[in-house]
Amino acid sequence: MDVKKYVVKQISVFSENRPGRLAAIAHALGEEKVNILAFSIAEASGFGVVRALVDHPEKAHKKLTSLGFNVAFTEVIAVHMKDIPGGLYEVAKILGDAKINIEYSYAYSGKDGAVLILRVDHVEEAIEKISKSGATLIESSVFH
Amino acid sequence: MKCWDPRIEEMPKAELQQMQYKLLKSLVYQLYSFSPFYHDRMKEQNVHPDDIHTLSDVKKLPFMFKRDLRDNYPDKIFTATQDDLVRYHVSSGTTGKPTVVGYTQNDLDNWTTSLARALTSLGLGRGDVIQVSYGYGLFTGGLGLHYGSERIGATVIPTSVGNTERQIELMQDLGTTAIACTPSYLLHLGEVAEKMGVDIKKDTKLRCGILGAEPWTERMRIRMEEWLGIKAYDIYGTSELSGPMFTECTEQTGFHVWSDIALVEIIDPKTGEQLAPGESGELTITILQKEALPMIRYRIGDITQINDEVCACGRTHPRVDRIQGRVDDMLIIRGINVFPSQVEYALMAIPEVGQHFQIVVDRKGALDDMLVRVELNKESFSDKITDLMHISGKVEHKLRNALNVNVNVELVEPGSLPRYEGKSKKVVDRRSL
Repeated sequence: MDVKKYVVKQISVFSENRPGRLAAIAHALGEEKVNILAFSIAEASGFGVVRALVDHPEKAHKKLTSLGFNVAFTEVIAVHMKDIPGGLYEVAKILGDAKINIEYSYAYSGKDGAVLILRVDHVEEAIEKISKSGATLIESSVFH
Repeated sequence: MKCWDPRIEEMPKAELQQMQYKLLKSLVYQLYSFSPFYHDRMKEQNVHPDDIHTLSDVKKLPFMFKRDLRDNYPDKIFTATQDDLVRYHVSSGTTGKPTVVGYTQNDLDNWTTSLARALTSLGLGRGDVIQVSYGYGLFTGGLGLHYGSERIGATVIPTSVGNTERQIELMQDLGTTAIACTPSYLLHLGEVAEKMGVDIKKDTKLRCGILGAEPWTERMRIRMEEWLGIKAYDIYGTSELSGPMFTECTEQTGFHVWSDIALVEIIDPKTGEQLAPGESGELTITILQKEALPMIRYRIGDITQINDEVCACGRTHPRVDRIQGRVDDMLIIRGINVFPSQVEYALMAIPEVGQHFQIVVDRKGALDDMLVRVELNKESFSDKITDLMHISGKVEHKLRNALNVNVNVELVEPGSLPRYEGKSKKVVDRRSL
């Protein structure tokens, strides 16, 4: 299988933990007509990392960098979930049984069902394991 | 040209000291006779001009402090009347009342001569284009460097501070070979040039930085020299001495203090005892030739040391090391002395963070709490919080080792810490004592 097509490009932005930083990021993306499909904020003392799945990651990276933000691309994978009670369990169990360690994860629920976004240690190995174990991976072309 | 005035600059030490003794003796007689301020001070100290028999008798004379200038605002200590003055400079009153310095024509000439010797010792002269990016106005930096540069026959671009993009354009268009500014402004200018796509190394003729008005470190020198392809030289002075007066020579081993203009001592700030060459203490200067505002044993408040060996450049005048800190900038954190320059030095060795920083001191309960805010470098950004925590932990560890005091570190966005275009203010002390 071509594992590459399941590698999704997420943008990660370093942000100080103070009011207005998320607004500054969101405003910049809005100006560039970049749509945010999902995002999460991870926080530590004094700073955080904003992670977002967007439709035009290159455009977002360029814009945010030009504003002085510290931006990086991170490879993540997206797994389809049923949007019903027990949906997350079904997927999480598959990942656990396949011994895939999750570094971090976030999810969204859209009109085509729910999606679990995962950051794992070894992306390509994880893609192979997940597809063998019966869960449905979503191709990156769906997002961008 | 090697020396501006070889007769003085290479004069044997014994002759120099004889010259200093004569100048000191006549200065003391004159002030005792004509300056009520110095007359009273000498009386209080129980010293008479007749007690000065050798140069080392300078130890008998009273000290003078910044507060003496503030207490006598604006011109009560002046020994020239207003009609003999040709200029005033006024220092920023960040810690109290401002101080006013008056100049006679001879005072200005001595100041300019001092800088002409200094700039020549950097290899500058006719044919050089010197961009003066110190503030022009009440601050002494701009006008001082301006007249010093003109005196040696260089071409001056009086850009003053700010409007950095235009400064970079002029630097390219007019072929600037040397820039005089604060080290933090040069760093700022370098960053702006990079953003504009200008490579200072290839796209300009800049080869010399004359940097001062705030403390900086040897590591900063190495970094700026490599990054910008220049030689970076320390310049020293304060408005009370006239302004910026002394620089290093091309040997870069401390700034030469011209002995016919000034007598330097290093004093233990606690006991007032004179310290030997090589020992660190408070820089104390007697200006031997000054008409409007004489200075005897002026305690500048800068911590450094003297090297009295003859320099490899051939100049016999003593050298003073780069300033290590300020007596009054010294922070006391949980009883331990901390200088902002130590923080700067430690940060320079950590590639993951930038060179700008801010120290925030607060009191949590009964304990002092020191926070250092530092910019995360672009290359070091990781999406993983654990990696970032590792970096801040590493910085905390290095700072603790350097300062012997526990420090919290906060990583901030690149470019977010204030870049001051004048004197850097890197410490916020929120302790209410």
